[in-house]
Amino acid sequence: MTNGWIDIKNTDMMLIMGGNPAENHPCGFKWAMEAKRNRNAKLIVVDPRYTRTASTSDLFLQIRAGSDIAFLGGVLHYAIENNRVAKEYLANYTNAAFVVKEGFKLPEDGLYSGFDAASQTYDRSSWNYEEGNDAGGAAPSHAATPAAAAPGAPPPLPGMPPKVAYDFTLQHPRCVFQLLKQQYSRYTPEMVERITGIPKDQFLKAADLFTSVRKDGDMKRVATIIYAVGWTQHTFGTQIIRTAAMLQLLLGNIGRAGGGVNALRGHSNIQGATDMAGVFDSLPGYLKVPAPTDVDLATWLKRITPTASKPAPWDSFNYYSNTPKFAVSYLKTFFGDAAKKENDFAFHYMPKVDRNYSWTQLWDNMYRGSVKGMLAFGMNGVAIGPDSQKNIDALKKADFLVVGEIYPDETSEFWKSPGITPEEMKTINTTVYRLPCAGFAEKDGSFTNSARWLQWKNAAVPPPGDCRLDQDIVAQIFLKVRELYQKEGGKFPDPILNLTWPYVDAQHPALADLAKEVNGKALADLTDPKTQVTIKKGQQLPGFAWLKDDGTTSCGNWIYSGSWTEAGNLLARRGTDDPSGLGIYQNWGWSWPANRRVLYNRASCDPSGKPWDATRRQVWWNEDAQLWVGNDVPDFKPDSHPKDHMGPFIMTAEGVGRLFAPLGLFADGPFPEHYEPIESPVENALHPKQSNNPVVKKLKTAADKYATPGDGFNIICTTYRLTEHYHYWTKNNQMNVQLIPEPFVEIPVELAAELGIKGNDKVKVTSARSYYVAKAFVTKRIRPMTIDGKKVYQIGIPIHQGYRGIQEDEGKDARTILNRLTPTVIDPNAFTPEFKGFLVKLEKA
Amino acid sequence: MSQATLAIKRISGHAGPAPGEGVERDYQVCKLVDTTTCIGCKACEVACLEWNGYEFTDTVFDNSYQTMPETTWKYWNLIKFNEHENSDGTISLLMRKDQCMHCADPGCLAACPADGAIVQYTNGIVDFQQQNCIGCGYCVSGCPFDIPKFNPATKKMFKCTLCVDRVSEGLEPACIKSCPTGCLHFGTKEDMTDLAEKRATQLRENFGFEKAGVYDPAGVGGTGVIYVLHDATNPEAYGGLPKDPHIPWVVKFWKGPAKWIGNLAMLGGILRVTVHYLRFGPKIVDGSKHENGGQP
Amino acid sequence: MELSRRTFLKSALVGGAGISLLGFDLTPAVAQLKELKIARATETRSTCPYCSVSCGVLIYTIGDKAKNVTPQVIHVEGDPDHPINRGTLCPKGASLEQDILNPRRLLKPQVRRPGSDHWEDIAWAQAIDEIAHRVKKTRDDTFIEKDPLGRTVNRCESMAWIGGCTDTNEFNYLVVKTMRSLGLTYIENQARV
Repeated sequence: MTNGWIDIKNTDMMLIMGGNPAENHPCGFKWAMEAKRNRNAKLIVVDPRYTRTASTSDLFLQIRAGSDIAFLGGVLHYAIENNRVAKEYLANYTNAAFVVKEGFKLPEDGLYSGFDAASQTYDRSSWNYEEGNDAGGAAPSHAATPAAAAPGAPPPLPGMPPKVAYDFTLQHPRCVFQLLKQQYSRYTPEMVERITGIPKDQFLKAADLFTSVRKDGDMKRVATIIYAVGWTQHTFGTQIIRTAAMLQLLLGNIGRAGGGVNALRGHSNIQGATDMAGVFDSLPGYLKVPAPTDVDLATWLKRITPTASKPAPWDSFNYYSNTPKFAVSYLKTFFGDAAKKENDFAFHYMPKVDRNYSWTQLWDNMYRGSVKGMLAFGMNGVAIGPDSQKNIDALKKADFLVVGEIYPDETSEFWKSPGITPEEMKTINTTVYRLPCAGFAEKDGSFTNSARWLQWKNAAVPPPGDCRLDQDIVAQIFLKVRELYQKEGGKFPDPILNLTWPYVDAQHPALADLAKEVNGKALADLTDPKTQVTIKKGQQLPGFAWLKDDGTTSCGNWIYSGSWTEAGNLLARRGTDDPSGLGIYQNWGWSWPANRRVLYNRASCDPSGKPWDATRRQVWWNEDAQLWVGNDVPDFKPDSHPKDHMGPFIMTAEGVGRLFAPLGLFADGPFPEHYEPIESPVENALHPKQSNNPVVKKLKTAADKYATPGDGFNIICTTYRLTEHYHYWTKNNQMNVQLIPEPFVEIPVELAAELGIKGNDKVKVTSARSYYVAKAFVTKRIRPMTIDGKKVYQIGIPIHQGYRGIQEDEGKDARTILNRLTPTVIDPNAFTPEFKGFLVKLEKA
Repeated sequence: MSQATLAIKRISGHAGPAPGEGVERDYQVCKLVDTTTCIGCKACEVACLEWNGYEFTDTVFDNSYQTMPETTWKYWNLIKFNEHENSDGTISLLMRKDQCMHCADPGCLAACPADGAIVQYTNGIVDFQQQNCIGCGYCVSGCPFDIPKFNPATKKMFKCTLCVDRVSEGLEPACIKSCPTGCLHFGTKEDMTDLAEKRATQLRENFGFEKAGVYDPAGVGGTGVIYVLHDATNPEAYGGLPKDPHIPWVVKFWKGPAKWIGNLAMLGGILRVTVHYLRFGPKIVDGSKHENGGQP
Repeated sequence: MELSRRTFLKSALVGGAGISLLGFDLTPAVAQLKELKIARATETRSTCPYCSVSCGVLIYTIGDKAKNVTPQVIHVEGDPDHPINRGTLCPKGASLEQDILNPRRLLKPQVRRPGSDHWEDIAWAQAIDEIAHRVKKTRDDTFIEKDPLGRTVNRCESMAWIGGCTDTNEFNYLVVKTMRSLGLTYIENQARV
């Protein structure tokens, strides 16, 4: 979330799409209701189903799953056509005025410039800004071609020009705004109707309502966009979210109370897991993992440290220019004294990554036999899928599986999943260890919520039986491995032997000690040259501003620096004061970065530093103090005078919000373009010859099958959670099981009538991968749709059941996993599978 | 053992007014259910079951998110779902929390022949006292909302207590506390009525619900649970909320004279014995040995 | 608590009732109430482990944390101080007591041997020893120091760590620290899917 849960109460307009917070985040959704109650805010819900969120909406539109970019692109088009844009914000806080290089081509035919069909990748060098100065006027400026590099200087890495050509009048035909306008000129209300199935008049109603916050140039009102995995789980998921971000930039809603683009996230600590690099492609604090091309530390740091790229009259903080400090402090934390300047701070202790090791690749490679072992802690990989049967078959080929869990789950019992005969079981040679872990109430530690709040929790009870704390189990396994390397030697033992382990009780590392290590400390006496403030060696650092790239600081995760300082554990703070009434709660827990609650909050003020809306004052420029001050921590260089025109988006090299995403930021285009899901009942109405996202690659094992309508798969199926259950967890909880005891398939009344299906009948849903059996829930809440003149049905299936659970164990359940149906294709940027919008057949079982 | 007690203003099956009635001032408590912000999440159902500690119920999926048709003796709080087709062809999902309405003029209490089996506290909560309940089920016929439910094991009647054990300690009921969206609210009847009217006005003026209004039926003297409805002219659409609930005339007829006679003279006691003997004597045999059987 | 939920103070009621028929008694009739079950319990503040809203929860346990008490959960309720949930909970959060006390919890380490059709109990020490040996052997057998172009990669592609959604930040940090030092590249999490 750019903003936060409570902040939703400050909004005037909500668009909830790709998410169902009333069901999946009920206690956060109260703030949407508060906005309605206290501000008469309006709520627009766009979803394939009339959900319980929709039941509280002022306007509900049923959309075809996977057509979100067409809808949002249509709203962008509407906003531009009807002059519902935040002109001053757009010109000053986004790259709308930046001029794009000649040679860049928009995807009228479905392809941007630079596509290579053989490798299914783009050469993205044309997706760049033009170098130069003021390119004003309408004529393309050839004078602004890049100057030759200084003699003797090494050739620059492909990057953005330090001085970008610009036209603040936004008239230059190749300026970002004009390209944006051109790109979405194709997304007319008629085209939106053809693609999404939303009738034109309804679409116009929604577009008018949402953009009404910028009616007549008013800047006071604010709109928010709220989404969840309904956007993420597509082969163009990242680009859907980008479209929303662009719309919010266009309307001037980012950085403002009641605004923003707000990812709900689905679990208690996946925000924290992403922050802490629980995924292959980053290191803690979103540092990019080293690649084999990074032959040494300097090369790596140069590659991952951006340089400012901006119009000459503007300033850009480019905070990521500090990346080397974060990276070296991270290496010092891991490898301590073994990380020295002479050995590049143990840079080569880190594995180098140059291909995709994400979730579906992992299972694919296990299926192919190259991944031999797996440790799964609190992660039910079989049930989560996609293509659960493939994951089961993959595990059959592994040597060993270690499961840390609190309940018996599908993954630990893959070897006796339904359909496996006693004979087959004998041939499954996987050794499975199932280790009983501790539940949430038995552990302390912190979770990071989707509003980036870190909050410490306390243990209430000891773990039952012979259960152990998760951290103890991992520590004990690691220390045993280390002991073996000490005794026997082995392949490249250096990182294992030199890993710092400064915990009081080595076998039982306290989470509090780990939290302090994450925050970081001084490894030498440090003095701030400006203020002369000194931090003694061994003291906790007050924040990431103190980090050094010379090995004198340690910090496990720079964005969490400042969370456990000499003042103690700030994650455990419980201050309930909220003087501004904006729901900022500065003294409750701690939020990254630097306890800022709303990101980019400099953009809540006009260029002169005055809040756009005086009733919702977050931060502002104080001329007397010559500082940015406010109710929130300014997300900005505190002493940057407005007249210096530093961009409010300090984490981008440009200093401004990106309507156009240059170079390598995205694999599939600098602007979002509508593509069909990999399995779609229709061709892409914009460019039938390029229906799907061109860079999406299908996996190629025998298990990876994909359907077409020609094969008879012509019903769109989408998957989701119910409010009564949590993932694959509460099927072990009788209280929740009685609320929804059985699996079901939500089927439109009209489709059920066609197929002779009545409510509660057993139905069979078949995809190209497998089938699923459950009861029919015949409902009026999903309506038949007309897509480009063709009648299309959608059905929906909740995910919550499997083959281990209360009902399952009693034999009352169909004992199948929904994710047997889902395909293994992924988004090319975030690598999230396309769980939403695949094709199925439906019949009475 | 608890020393907490709560004063009573009405007693079932009792001749004459409740002792001390009207001596102390008290405020009426009230639950407000704003159906326009109900998301049918069932948190109130779970909170109710958790707090009251009842055993789980075996349920079956029945083409709805609602997995049982009505409240039961151990399931006092149920969201009723209705996929409602609007006049313009669009769909609404109407969801309403169903539970005891805690009527100001409780039909159950009026119908109950057992002395002290149903009481109304001075704060307005209507509560069953299972140790005095004879399991006759007459409260069912007195209730226009079909709330009292029979536990066949203990042969006693049960229903929502409005968490009287919490309320008497200054806490809000469990369902109210849990409600994620604030669709549920708790306070004095005066405050809740005020809040409800304001919300209904807001719905009419700002959200286009021209028929929005408050459900606080006069036929039972008003209720301790009031609803804000998008369409107050059609309460039946909300899981069968009766449009104009009344205490059945039969109950009124024979309870009315009984009271009158009781107040007129000491015949009340005699009449009570007579009524008991004639109408309920046989049932007492069934239920009388379950002094503490109604646990909890 | 073993007694019936609420019992009339019969003396008050009966005595009062007798006189009240004459309309004289001013002693209010009262009913005794069930005791507030959390009145004397220990309250521990925690965070709900389900979705990302991070509702504050109060876990009520028996006893007062004295040495001779093993705390057991008797109730879970929302934390009214928490700025986001303000005491509210959803149907999952409201049922957390059943998660903590769940009879389906795994209570001892188990192993399923190759070809077997059942779980066997295994001692913790042995399980950890076996796992460590397997991790080391798999790593040693497959570790890649240089890629085909001769560039240093120092990675182990043959083992995977998959982490769950309810792992704390500190635990995730420990995982990243240990698993990356082993050279693992397949480190994935619920956060991906």
